[in-house]
Amino acid sequence: MSLSTKDKTLVKAFWDKASKKADDIGSEALSRMLITYPATKTYFAHWDDLKPGSAPIRKHGKVIMKGLVTAVSKIDDLESGLSKVAEIHATKLKVDPANFKILSHCILVVLSKMFWEDFTPETHVAMDKFLSRVSQAMSEKYR
Amino acid sequence: MVQWTDAERAAIADIFGKIDRDVVGPNALARCLIVYPWTRRYFGGFGNLYSADAILANPKVAAHGKVVFGGLEKAVKNLDDIKITFAPLSELHSEKLNVDPDNFRLLADCLTLVIAGQMRAAFTPEVQAAWQKFLAVVVSALCRQYY
Repeated sequence: MSLSTKDKTLVKAFWDKASKKADDIGSEALSRMLITYPATKTYFAHWDDLKPGSAPIRKHGKVIMKGLVTAVSKIDDLESGLSKVAEIHATKLKVDPANFKILSHCILVVLSKMFWEDFTPETHVAMDKFLSRVSQAMSEKYR
Repeated sequence: MVQWTDAERAAIADIFGKIDRDVVGPNALARCLIVYPWTRRYFGGFGNLYSADAILANPKVAAHGKVVFGGLEKAVKNLDDIKITFAPLSELHSEKLNVDPDNFRLLADCLTLVIAGQMRAAFTPEVQAAWQKFLAVVVSALCRQYY
């Protein structure tokens, strides 16, 4: 399911508004993932604090959001734009790619909660497709 | 049998106390049909589902959204017995409506997003976890009669 011109326009317009709260979005999405999907905690056993909004979560939330900012800027070629970070997740971190879908859902929950008036059904489709494509690009280097 | 903590029971009851049933059901079903267009295959008799605007304005979609929400209200009233309560509904969806059960998950995701948008800050991570556990139990009960 590739992104249409309309999808890309909607994603960029919505992201323009949402990215102002990038740090909060990242931290909250990650916090929600760890609580709602406890199996994901297995990847963060080396952190000393997994409570919502903890320092390691805030820090890593920022890293994730930077990745999404990159993805939006490289929306026309996500595979090359995300190539390095895809490589890291596949070969070094060895994150089961099924988890990208889980984090995507949590990001959408936070976006819906924070920007409901702008998160129209059409923006919802575009963002859902965009995060699916990001997840797909992130899964490129596994085998 | 599903074990619910007191906190989970309270969180779920709180959600149903806070949300507008006439908004959440219709909105979630509309979004499901818009965001995952293949789900329209089950609603051939609903008339115009050809665009987001048409779906949002469609009175049959709105009415059916309320029916779906009614099912969730039944589940929350029978929290310790959802499997048995939903057995007839499961059979209906499997035998008569022939719904691919993956669609239940798609609708569940739309319900979660609409509720997040309605409840805002009140939809804390802990509340989300309880809500999604509830939906997972409902979806599992709906899947039970498929063979």
